[in-house]
Amino acid sequence: MNYIIDGLKEALKIIFTMDKEFISIVGVSLRTSFIAILLAGIFGIPLGTWVGIGKFRGRGFMATILNTLVSLPTVVVGLTFYSLLSRRGPLGELGILFTPAAMIIGQFVLALPLVAAFSMGGVRNLGDRPFIAARLLGAGTLRSSILFFKEARFIVMTSMIAGFGRVFSEVGVSMMLGGNIRFYTRNITTSIALESSRGAFSLGIALGIILLMIAFVINLTLYYFQSK
Amino acid sequence: MINRLKILLLIGLFFVTFCVNTVFAEEILKLATTTSTYETGLLDYVFPAFEKKYNVKIHIISVGTGKAIKLGENGDVDVLLVHSPEVEEGFIREGYGLNRKTIMSNNFIIIGPKDDPACVRDLKNVKNALKNIARTQSIFVSRGDDSGTHNKEKFLWSKAGIVPQGEWYLESGQGMTQTLVIADEKNAYCLTDRATYLFNRDRLRLVKLLEEDNDLENPYSVIAVNPHKHSHIKYKLSMKFIEWITSSYCLRKIENYKKNGTTLFVPFRTVLNIKIL
Repeated sequence: MNYIIDGLKEALKIIFTMDKEFISIVGVSLRTSFIAILLAGIFGIPLGTWVGIGKFRGRGFMATILNTLVSLPTVVVGLTFYSLLSRRGPLGELGILFTPAAMIIGQFVLALPLVAAFSMGGVRNLGDRPFIAARLLGAGTLRSSILFFKEARFIVMTSMIAGFGRVFSEVGVSMMLGGNIRFYTRNITTSIALESSRGAFSLGIALGIILLMIAFVINLTLYYFQSK
Repeated sequence: MINRLKILLLIGLFFVTFCVNTVFAEEILKLATTTSTYETGLLDYVFPAFEKKYNVKIHIISVGTGKAIKLGENGDVDVLLVHSPEVEEGFIREGYGLNRKTIMSNNFIIIGPKDDPACVRDLKNVKNALKNIARTQSIFVSRGDDSGTHNKEKFLWSKAGIVPQGEWYLESGQGMTQTLVIADEKNAYCLTDRATYLFNRDRLRLVKLLEEDNDLENPYSVIAVNPHKHSHIKYKLSMKFIEWITSSYCLRKIENYKKNGTTLFVPFRTVLNIKIL
């Protein structure tokens, strides 16, 4: 029992002294996940909207595919991109295996279907009426789209945050594509995995606390926007 | 509405500035190594001196020897630090590796429960020990991950003429430390390298039962990946690294890396010295 309490004490110390290693780990996590989710939003939200309210054949099938890909296992994405990005693979020339860029690519692929599926569900409820109304009032396509997404801003936020939660807490992609390199690609989850295999709990607990706190802050922000 | 947009913009801006500072000025050397050298903290103790001297950043990828060798074949790393002599020789024969230098040893040991139901303690060789374990069906935890330790274990079983299978033979598929923890929880026998065991001894109940046998030798070598196979390999830098790690300065440093007063990895020069004396 004692080692748990000691671990907890040590964890608080790590957080409050802003330990260099700790800061680097949290920074890597935030950086890669943030860029990945930004990219996933840029591609995923229009994609989801298109599948959600577009009028074309095979829409239902597309929606099913998106919903299936939401439960894509992280290790499958990891393994696939590992074989693609390895020097022997077709994308080996890029030389980005075991770099943050590789982690971002993997996390982007993980988040994309989730963001798209979430915004698909959301805009379906909203319907295309805001868009058509704007057009009728004389706005161009671009302006109507902007107005539409203003109307759908809560949906956009929710899907981005859901995606962020997924990539921020995953370990498979980060481990396989990042390689868990200290001060470079070691993030919160790969570090916790390493610490537990090393049998050192304190840094793991500290990181777990931070992981939860960041999730809390994000949801608080969401709640703030929602209640307005 | 405008205010909220402003806040969002500010948050966005903050993140973008925060994201941009990931550029590295130093050169990078990619090294694939085994879990034993990394999890015991040896590399974090030894490498900073090299990084400082040559203004290089060593990126350590810590996996089993099998995977490390694969990374070398694929050209995903520049240099290897591994411990599976037969596999290493194959790697060199096929032209993937150059300039192999054996630098230190970290012998294998057999650990097990204190009451030793398979009576391994009184034995002098591994062959009989494994035979006893199999005969008494005592639980044995294997790495099962094609690591250097796992290769050694498979070799030892075949030498004892046993195909280990059954409810008593468990494969963890994980690194050495994690495998030790599993073996400890199950109160089982296990083949481990000495350094990882010593490093974790304080939290294990299992005890060292057998260690002195030529079959348990475990030499570690550095190998440069052949630049003719992959043009992007940083051969000059990895040669500099190999020269440095085989220097007497570095070997002394390895010898000074201790846990509870015991050297974890015994550098080869001292081993030879002891034999000469």
